[in-house]
Amino acid sequence: MNKNRPVNLNLGAFKWPITAISSGLHRITGILLFLSIPFWLWALQESFTADGFVYVKGLLSGIIAKAIAWLLLSMLAYHIVAGVRHLLMDAGIGETLEGGRRGSYTVLVLGVLSAALIGVWLW
Amino acid sequence: MVTSATSLGRSGLHDWIIQRITAVVLAAYVIYFLGFIFSAEVIEFSVWKHLFSQVWFKVFSLLALASIVFHAWIGMWIVSTDYIKPTGIRLVFQAFVILFCFACLIWGAQILWGV
Repeated sequence: MNKNRPVNLNLGAFKWPITAISSGLHRITGILLFLSIPFWLWALQESFTADGFVYVKGLLSGIIAKAIAWLLLSMLAYHIVAGVRHLLMDAGIGETLEGGRRGSYTVLVLGVLSAALIGVWLW
Repeated sequence: MVTSATSLGRSGLHDWIIQRITAVVLAAYVIYFLGFIFSAEVIEFSVWKHLFSQVWFKVFSLLALASIVFHAWIGMWIVSTDYIKPTGIRLVFQAFVILFCFACLIWGAQILWGV
């Protein structure tokens, strides 16, 4: 085994070009979405009784729950957009350095746009 | 060669393919859900419950949940191998992730089939 493999990355030693930002966000949103699974399941469970449905709907009209829902849905939207970009790169699209930068930029813009749309829809 | 005993697949390629298949299932589920939400003006309790009482949608939902769990398993494994250096802590973390995934899957199956 080659001991010089660049594993266990030191985050503090990195510069943050746009490609690193879009990739890092893909990871962070993935981790947070993973942790959010029980909240989705809980809401789903509650929503299947008439009282629970009203309760969850009522919760979502509160500012805090709405903000959390907005954050989670925005993270989900970004994660999906960044994931689609991965599939495009698997197909050989946008694999050059310049293509990578453009892809990162596009993904970030689409992420902000979808977060804005989700905000408009929720409020 | 580094073996990935704690990852889901038996090789990086296996993980790579599972990650993509589950991603496509999840994208399809999200697109269907968006269509459902925006085709109904107000989502009433009866409409909501009817959606989840159909067997095909239960299957679709459980497939999506299984996809989330496997997708997260692989994703969290990749992230943990990058950032958690001490082997012991990393293994405990990965074990926690796997148990968390199974717990969510079992709980979700119970919720979906309880409707």
